[in-house]
Amino acid sequence: MHWVSNAIVVLLAAGAVWVARYAARDRFWRENAAQLWRRRRLAIVVVAVYVFIALLDSISWIDPASEANALTSGRPRTIIDRIFRPETFKEASYSAPLARVAFYGGQPLAHPGAHLLGTDLLGRDVVYRTLKGARVALLIGGLTSLVVIPIALLFGVSAGYWGRRIDDAVFFAMTVLASVPSLLLLIALIMVLGKGTVQVCVALGVTGWVHFCRIARGETLKLREADFVAAARALGVSDVGIIRRHILPNIAHLIIITFALSFTALVLSETILSYLGIGLEGSWGQMIDQARNELSRTPIIWWNLAGASIALFTLVLAVNVIADAMRDIIDPRTRREER
Amino acid sequence: MAAYLLRRVGYGFLTVLGVLFLLFVLFFAVTNPDDIARKAVGERARPEVYAQWKINHGYDKPLFLNRDFAGSDARRYTDTLLAEHYRRMLTFDFGRSDADDSSIAKRLWDGAGPSLTLTVPLFALGLVAGIALALFVAFFRETYIDRAVLVLCMLTMSVASLLYIIAGQYLIGMLLKWFPISGFDPNPAIAARFLALPVLVGVISGLGADVRFLRTVFIEEMSRDYVRTARAKGCGDARVMVRHVLRNALIPILTNVVVQIPFLFTGALLLESFFGIPGLGALTVEAIQGNDFSTLRTMVYLGALLFIIGQILTDISYALADPRVRLS
Repeated sequence: MHWVSNAIVVLLAAGAVWVARYAARDRFWRENAAQLWRRRRLAIVVVAVYVFIALLDSISWIDPASEANALTSGRPRTIIDRIFRPETFKEASYSAPLARVAFYGGQPLAHPGAHLLGTDLLGRDVVYRTLKGARVALLIGGLTSLVVIPIALLFGVSAGYWGRRIDDAVFFAMTVLASVPSLLLLIALIMVLGKGTVQVCVALGVTGWVHFCRIARGETLKLREADFVAAARALGVSDVGIIRRHILPNIAHLIIITFALSFTALVLSETILSYLGIGLEGSWGQMIDQARNELSRTPIIWWNLAGASIALFTLVLAVNVIADAMRDIIDPRTRREER
Repeated sequence: MAAYLLRRVGYGFLTVLGVLFLLFVLFFAVTNPDDIARKAVGERARPEVYAQWKINHGYDKPLFLNRDFAGSDARRYTDTLLAEHYRRMLTFDFGRSDADDSSIAKRLWDGAGPSLTLTVPLFALGLVAGIALALFVAFFRETYIDRAVLVLCMLTMSVASLLYIIAGQYLIGMLLKWFPISGFDPNPAIAARFLALPVLVGVISGLGADVRFLRTVFIEEMSRDYVRTARAKGCGDARVMVRHVLRNALIPILTNVVVQIPFLFTGALLLESFFGIPGLGALTVEAIQGNDFSTLRTMVYLGALLFIIGQILTDISYALADPRVRLS
């Protein structure tokens, strides 16, 4: 399976290069991106760091060094695994951050002071688990949306552009899916499909699809009547050409903002799924869920909860801040209100 | 108006049929009824027990087409799981739980009360707190107060709801010992003590998004001409905000709020399960953890039904409150 994740990294990198080159050619995108960078530099850097960590944790391979250890033999190890070398951890249980003395279970600690944020119940390093969680979070929020957006655009734009039967059908499907409270639909889908990364992502995609589709449809309906679309049609541009050249570029900014907002919603709702026992393996939600009973221990175990929740909070906050700034920059209506 | 109402309700009913079909696909076609039965009675149950369980729980028919009947017999289509599913859901005959054979309708009936005692105060307090804070912030717009509250809203929006609950239980319940950590009592006087903490946590976790939304609504209203007129004729600031801005902003707020009202019945998933309130949210969590498909199915159906009703109510209240809305 590890080559799938490697291939996705390559695909994402290629996609990012293509998007950057496309955006650099267009004045609208170049100027808005520059303005966003000026206004929200810190938030962008924070998100970039998370993406970088997630990429480090997505590239994996098997080599002789992995074969040497019984715990890792035959298993691909990611770059994060190679940096932290979890197979060398010798703790069997909790160890406090930077602990110098044994305090739990009476066993002397094998690596006192070696763990920046201590270890969890099974002796796993908290920093390591937190960093691994970044990949899961971006998988839930980012990759799911990236797969779903093209499908939603296909349905939404064709419904808005051609109207009639297609619109009726897409609108009905949207109404039905939107009628089911999203969390309940999500739970039902996961219960039915089974637990697992792919299943959870499919479930998130099915529920998140409607949101993008509705915006694409609404905007296309408006743009269809615009003068420049009428002009293009009068010049004999084909329907597909109009959609590609005139409609898609004009709804792209809304899709990006919706993407950012749905990203935070997805990452936050995964914590609820984790609490219900149907979340993703290794997510921050799972760490928080496991840590919630540790607060009542004496001495109090706070580092598991702290590691996961600070990582989660920082990512969600940064994306929220960026989404907010993007909306300010791109949507002139809110700009007039806020300034 | 009558024609509009009829069309709106008709489309709502069509949506309900669509939701039921979605549920059928998910819970009968994708999940094999055989698997549900096997999970319920155990892998090593005798075939008779297994068959009887399927009959008791209404899983014993073919999905779409009953081949036991001849091609011309209508029962070929009506004596199937699909037809049965529609018939039972539309008549609110929810049957028995897959997990423990108890009547789902009774459990729903028992759970609605505790859910409402949590969600109604939560909803009312949240709304009042949100409107008050948003009015305050809108009044001080473009000042440091406004900026500070907006930043605070953004910060509180970025925290997972699970963390609010954990922090609330730990800080207020365990360290400060102001309120009991969890529990419930049918006696309202005692229940109030149990409900204080979940209501507080729920209000705080939802406040950020509400205040941001309401603030934009208020600010949009404040730029209208009638506000200038009110000021010009000598209205005080407070009077302008409450008498003029708040009153006119109630229409967009109303449409946003009415849709939430039906959900008061389905309860709060996380809050109920964490704070030990035996409501419908806790029932759903139990159903998830116990692989209780029939209860879950019923909850999803009820949630969708209530949402559709809420939407229809919203559209009607919108049409009533704003005569400009086109009824076409």
